[in-house]
Amino acid sequence: MIYRFKTRCAKDNLKNIRDFVDETLQQHGLSELDISTIVLAVDEVCANLIIHTHGCDDTHELRLAINVKDDRIEFDIIDNSEIFNINTYKAPDLDEIIRSGRKGGVGLILVKRIMDKIEFLTGDKRYICRLTKKIRLSA
Amino acid sequence: MVSITRTSEDGKEVMQVQGEVDASSSIELDNAMKEALSAGQSKVMIDCTQLEYISSAGLGVFMSYLEEIRSKDISLVIYGLRPKVAHVFEILGLDQLLEIKDTRKEAEAYLA
Repeated sequence: MIYRFKTRCAKDNLKNIRDFVDETLQQHGLSELDISTIVLAVDEVCANLIIHTHGCDDTHELRLAINVKDDRIEFDIIDNSEIFNINTYKAPDLDEIIRSGRKGGVGLILVKRIMDKIEFLTGDKRYICRLTKKIRLSA
Repeated sequence: MVSITRTSEDGKEVMQVQGEVDASSSIELDNAMKEALSAGQSKVMIDCTQLEYISSAGLGVFMSYLEEIRSKDISLVIYGLRPKVAHVFEILGLDQLLEIKDTRKEAEAYLA
């Protein structure tokens, strides 16, 4: 089953994205802890796009598709602009982040630790960041 | 989305964080932390019993003050994290870098 969501590139819309992911996953028997971490990972990628790719320009759009399969869930974050490839991102050392006092830099570390697979697809003037999570249904 | 209340109690700075801290609201947590650490108290307690969600933007705020906390010899303790929120701290390993307690009583005992 595929669920779709569309929103404007404003930070205030992150809450709507989280609610959409949460409500969708609630229908598929995942544990509360799994849902919360998946919601976080999707939030991080969308926040990164909204802030860094689109400069919080709410005339731009971001689309999300959740494809629930038997053994995994795929989250497609679809953009008309090229998406920064997280896989090429070298995560900074936590100690270095703390020493420098900087506030950013850990979001993509979270995404990599939460998701099982991160892919970047292009085609049809669309750029897709696909996050895959293998699912463990709660008893 | 986030509501932060600061009070001074028995020589301690107490900050209560309610709601959701994400990329749109982390600035409020940042401002409150800045003010709390500048208030001159050497003991700071952060009540997270009503914190429903935190993203990397919020975690980043806590991380960015770790050096200041250490250099000013401030004792800072976070308490009352809900399991889902606590898990986010654990994924990054921040539970090893910050003093985190389950209850206010435990937090007060740590600062005593």
